[in-house]
Amino acid sequence: MVANTNGFKRIAIEPVTRVEGHGKVTLLLDEQNRVHQARLHIVEFRGFERFILGRPFWEVPVLVQRLCGICPVSHHLAAAKAMDRIVGGEKLTPTAEKMRRLMHYGQFFQSHALHFFHLVSPDILFGGIEDPFAGFSADPALRNVIAVAAKFPELAVQGVMMRKYGQEVILRTAGKKIHGTGAIPGGINKNLTIAERDFLLKDVEQMIKWSHGALKIAKDYTVKHLTKLAPFGSFDSSHMSLIRADGAMDLYHGGLRAITADGKKIFDHVDYQKYTDYIAEEVRPWSYMKFPFIKSIGPENGWYRVGPLARLNTADFIDTPAAEAARKEFMAVTKGKPNNVSMAYHWARMIELLHSIEKIRELLNDKDLQGQDLVTRGQRREETVGLIEAPRGTLFHHYRVDKHDQVTMANLIVSTTNNNEPMNRAVQKVAQDHLSGKKEITEGLLNHIEVVIRAYDPCLSCATHALGQMPLVVELVDAAGNLVDRKTKGG
Amino acid sequence: MLPSERKVLVIGYGNPGRQDDGLGPALAAALEAEAPPHVTVEADYQLTVEDAAAVAAHDAVVFVDAAVSGPEPFAFHTVTPGEPLSFSTHSVSPAGVMALARECFQAGTAGYVLAIRGYEFNEFGEGLSPRAQANLAAALEFLRTILRERVFPEDVPHLTSGLACSAHAVPGATTAKGAFE
Repeated sequence: MVANTNGFKRIAIEPVTRVEGHGKVTLLLDEQNRVHQARLHIVEFRGFERFILGRPFWEVPVLVQRLCGICPVSHHLAAAKAMDRIVGGEKLTPTAEKMRRLMHYGQFFQSHALHFFHLVSPDILFGGIEDPFAGFSADPALRNVIAVAAKFPELAVQGVMMRKYGQEVILRTAGKKIHGTGAIPGGINKNLTIAERDFLLKDVEQMIKWSHGALKIAKDYTVKHLTKLAPFGSFDSSHMSLIRADGAMDLYHGGLRAITADGKKIFDHVDYQKYTDYIAEEVRPWSYMKFPFIKSIGPENGWYRVGPLARLNTADFIDTPAAEAARKEFMAVTKGKPNNVSMAYHWARMIELLHSIEKIRELLNDKDLQGQDLVTRGQRREETVGLIEAPRGTLFHHYRVDKHDQVTMANLIVSTTNNNEPMNRAVQKVAQDHLSGKKEITEGLLNHIEVVIRAYDPCLSCATHALGQMPLVVELVDAAGNLVDRKTKGG
Repeated sequence: MLPSERKVLVIGYGNPGRQDDGLGPALAAALEAEAPPHVTVEADYQLTVEDAAAVAAHDAVVFVDAAVSGPEPFAFHTVTPGEPLSFSTHSVSPAGVMALARECFQAGTAGYVLAIRGYEFNEFGEGLSPRAQANLAAALEFLRTILRERVFPEDVPHLTSGLACSAHAVPGATTAKGAFE
């Protein structure tokens, strides 16, 4: 908790808008409005691991989807990968692995499209030509997806249809939107029919075309305003992701690679079954979320970034042509060194959007998807780790299962938790650079903080969403803890 | 167009792993099993932007969600296009979906919210509380009547006469004309 120390006042932004889950930012200011402390608190529901305990292991890939209404597929696949090892079926058949990959790329495609077109575009599109920050302070009534739809209807339609296409891919690989059962321990429960393949192929070229358009918007915005955007919520950091054996970006499977801010390898091709030898989690009293760090560096400096920016930085190359060409342009900006600009997440995310749809097209033309060999089995194990690159970053699922098939231990490190320290650093940097010392902390200035949080696309949608949710609340509290001012957004 | 020809979309949304938050999907599952003619039934964890395309392809849409407060056993309201007031547009409000359908697809779809009162939301757990189950049964019966006649309360208020409903805090929603005063 941040104390209301004499001479300081605290601003709380709760919840952060256009961020999945409940977010709260607290700013500790002195009488001259100088920022002394800025923290992001993400209020996550506790106890999901407990919910899994005692359940049969084969139920887990279905159960974990209820953790997140936004990326249920990522949890579904991470849990399935873990349970593959329980049944000794981690060496999947070609049909099983390719069906899972198709599902996964569908998830990436819809998630990245949603984030860019409907969460980020208000910040970018309503900006001035010369001032990349103008959109951040635009009229709050305009900073939402409906306003984007009114002013840029073509883009809004593209966003909706791209999201819809990704969902169609998921529906045909995972089954239903709720209780998807596509991946099971050791394989999958269905292949892709010719009719399903042709349905998805029908629109894939259009999706590729729109993805190029989205990538251009993100790239042009970043490159044009690089001088101003580069310091915005930015800092040097390590980066971590899965990597394929040949160094290619691989969103579904591989070994762990971590690099320093200037590109030196910290570890490489690490078998993620041994992740606890390399990664630990620190608990801090003011936050419910843990702070993961690289053990060999320690908690103070061992934190790292995950997600699109980290994946672009760690990969040696991308194995689809258009995305690889885009990656080269991206890396050229930093002369081949890792890019540590927070706002470059958007550009990196759109490169992954293009990569995902290229992979979808490649897979749809692969006859293995119509194969009949769906499940494998092998030697039984009792402990397992499933790891996957979710749209927001590396996702860990760790379980133990007893001889009665019941789960006895579950530990999940979600992508947003991996980015906990970086998001806090970003908030601190923006608060100091853009809010500190200002006579009045306006709503537009506060949105600067939300903008940098959105760059990381955090997600904690395990929250219930039942009708009657709170809008944005900003409270200004004086040194004695008295409420001086309170503003609500959308109330 | 005759009322019987109206294409209706029913979207039940919520998280079945969050106790009574699963009221929407539970209603969708029950309704889907009955397969009413000319009715599309969808279930999802939450409303998202692509629902706008589905809404635009129908004459009327009923958003079915759990309500953390408000009247028992349920409330039924019209909903008009409006601001996406939820804190995140990862999930969108019914009014927000309606607005997107209008802006993106020029949809003139009539919108309604069926808010079923729930009670238990704060723990992970499957299954509805007994009181929520009773409310679900009442809401399902109410919706069956509407879908059978394909006439909505604002058109024929007597369908809902006697129901203990009142205004509910749904962004963009207004109480159906003449139905709930």
